[in-house]
Amino acid sequence: MAKKTTIIPVGPYHPLQEEPEFFKLYVEGEKVVGLDIELGYNHRGVEKLSEGKDYEETIFLVERVCGICSTSHPIACVQAIEEAGDLEVPQRALYIRSLIGELERIHSHLLWLGLAGHFLGFNTVWMWAWRYREEVLNICEQVTGNRNHYGMLKPGGVRRDVPATEISAIRKMLDTLSSPLDLFRDTVAEDPLIQARTRGIGTLTPQQIRKFAAVGPTARASGVDIDVRRDHPHAAYGMVEWDVVLESRGDIFDKIMVRIGEMFQSVRIIRQCLSRLETEPGPIDSHPKEVKPGEGIGHYEAPRGEVFHYIRSDGSNRPVRHKIRAPSYMNVPTNREAVIGETIADATIILAAVDPCYCCTERMAAVLDPETDRVLISGKELLQRSRRKTAWLRSQLGHEGPDLKWDC
Amino acid sequence: MNVIVQFLFFPGLLFTVVAGLVTSWYDRKLTARLQMRKGPPFWQPFYDVRKLMIKETCVPERTAIWLFLSAPLVGLAGTALASMILWRAMLEPAVTFAGDLIVVMYLLALPSLSVILGAFVSRNPLASLGGSREMKLVLAYELPFVVAACVPILRAGSIQLGEILSVPVVGSSLSGVLALLVALIAMQARLTRVPFDIPEAECELGSGVLIEYSGPPLAMYKLTQAMMLFTGPMFLLVLYGGGISFSQGWLSATAGGLKFLGLITVIVLIRNTAPRLRIDQAMRLLWGPVTLAALLAVALAWWGW
Repeated sequence: MAKKTTIIPVGPYHPLQEEPEFFKLYVEGEKVVGLDIELGYNHRGVEKLSEGKDYEETIFLVERVCGICSTSHPIACVQAIEEAGDLEVPQRALYIRSLIGELERIHSHLLWLGLAGHFLGFNTVWMWAWRYREEVLNICEQVTGNRNHYGMLKPGGVRRDVPATEISAIRKMLDTLSSPLDLFRDTVAEDPLIQARTRGIGTLTPQQIRKFAAVGPTARASGVDIDVRRDHPHAAYGMVEWDVVLESRGDIFDKIMVRIGEMFQSVRIIRQCLSRLETEPGPIDSHPKEVKPGEGIGHYEAPRGEVFHYIRSDGSNRPVRHKIRAPSYMNVPTNREAVIGETIADATIILAAVDPCYCCTERMAAVLDPETDRVLISGKELLQRSRRKTAWLRSQLGHEGPDLKWDC
Repeated sequence: MNVIVQFLFFPGLLFTVVAGLVTSWYDRKLTARLQMRKGPPFWQPFYDVRKLMIKETCVPERTAIWLFLSAPLVGLAGTALASMILWRAMLEPAVTFAGDLIVVMYLLALPSLSVILGAFVSRNPLASLGGSREMKLVLAYELPFVVAACVPILRAGSIQLGEILSVPVVGSSLSGVLALLVALIAMQARLTRVPFDIPEAECELGSGVLIEYSGPPLAMYKLTQAMMLFTGPMFLLVLYGGGISFSQGWLSATAGGLKFLGLITVIVLIRNTAPRLRIDQAMRLLWGPVTLAALLAVALAWWGW
């Protein structure tokens, strides 16, 4: 007997995730048999905006691509500009970049850990993880002036130095953070109920990871040994000692363990950066005057995986082409492989396990006929529909609006 | 007439509502402190109900409106009646009627039934999914709960609450302790608290069974949940711990109150130290080890342990 398939909507607004996205779960009973991913609610045209701004402004713009990776995008972007324009960066600035990047990784992973606890119905983990995240954010505010959106990066260096007083404050914070991190690691590793909910769930094989070119902790949990910080050294990552955290099974449990392990590595990197900052004084900015014509690529290992920026310069003060690829763009499609065949109860944590960030990922969406690839609804028609609806709403509300019969 | 007054005021509906809301405040406050939050003020549960009462009631299209609106009342009335029978038994153990234990067990199943009814009648895919989960959960927890309830029945040799109250099995026997543990897990599931909050599961189903309810009907459900949080553990205390005794002075009444507080605290602690189980895991747990433990407790009680 064929069972009836129902659609369980996760989105466009859903308590599971704080951004607009739309997952259509096709279910039979409790079992998920299909998944449709619809994104595109948040497209802002950042790449095009960037081409209208000069390089200094571009950094602030890409910082706002994502609220959580608010320093990953700028690091990748300044590296692209530096490669395109062949700019020098002082040593001290490199250490500061890595320092801020790793602080960001810790708070991002704590945020995800808390959310993962919430999705599993374990609200105590949620509140505790976010409480300790607060201390990291406080340090970020003390060092950079902001809890997020640090405004620290510029082509050729960083904007603000990290003086000795801040260094001791960061050290103190790291000391208080070590026991909660141990606690989280031991809780997840030993709690039988967490194991029951996460082991063998949403498994991705290394083949599937390669097929979708997934990046970051999602790939490393499946044993795919990639990390741009090591494979393509940038900032201070080639000058300090740290390890790439790998797990092998690729289930949710391993994804949690990879992220917890990375927080320990981040603490290690930050400690080394701090001691180098103490012993190596120097300028933090090379004050570049111009960006030569050329092309440049910048990678950075954001908390969610590799973020990629491409900049082409024609020697003027603004990029002629700016291309951004955020990690979620590669990771979100793996949900389809991971979620089909699991139950709805597990689907929530699986959909969240790649630590998705939709507004980074958004691309223009077009409505295509799946067989002929013909565009069914064009941008022009969408605009017309929107205006028709506005006019209808106005007539319903009895407003006299401006005449909307523009040529479109 | 007297019975109607008792049902509506003390120890029935009004008393249980107030006591339930106070218990739910304790639950929320303790949860908040465990999660390193500040927690709500004492009157917050009362404010919440008042607010829901003045909100609009939305009824889904193409639903059986009378069934939709009356489903919450079934659970509310059932819980109030169960609480009244329990409290009358504790206040006047001599005047209980034969078989009232069975009646209370039946009445305590009504809240779950009313939730299932409301879920299916609201014609929402998430609600019916929650409803079917609730149905499975009822099947899962009733079996160990009823088996564990045989222990005090065997020890007291009666199915009358007044007689069971006079034999607090937890203090006197190993089987009583084991049966209480089983009943506590089953009660956690009956109250749909974590790890058994599967029918509501905020992140999966967006509060599932209750998704279509708003305003006063939702307030009825919330009240029923609060009243169950008070009545359910009280039922455990009556079955296994001798209830709260008012006939032997204030000292024993206080001791009874502290025992009740202890039970609630254990329930809140469990809810804050576990993730949510999947429905298949919950059924396997309740029908497997938990039911086996209940059978073992009955066997021990049979042999006089």
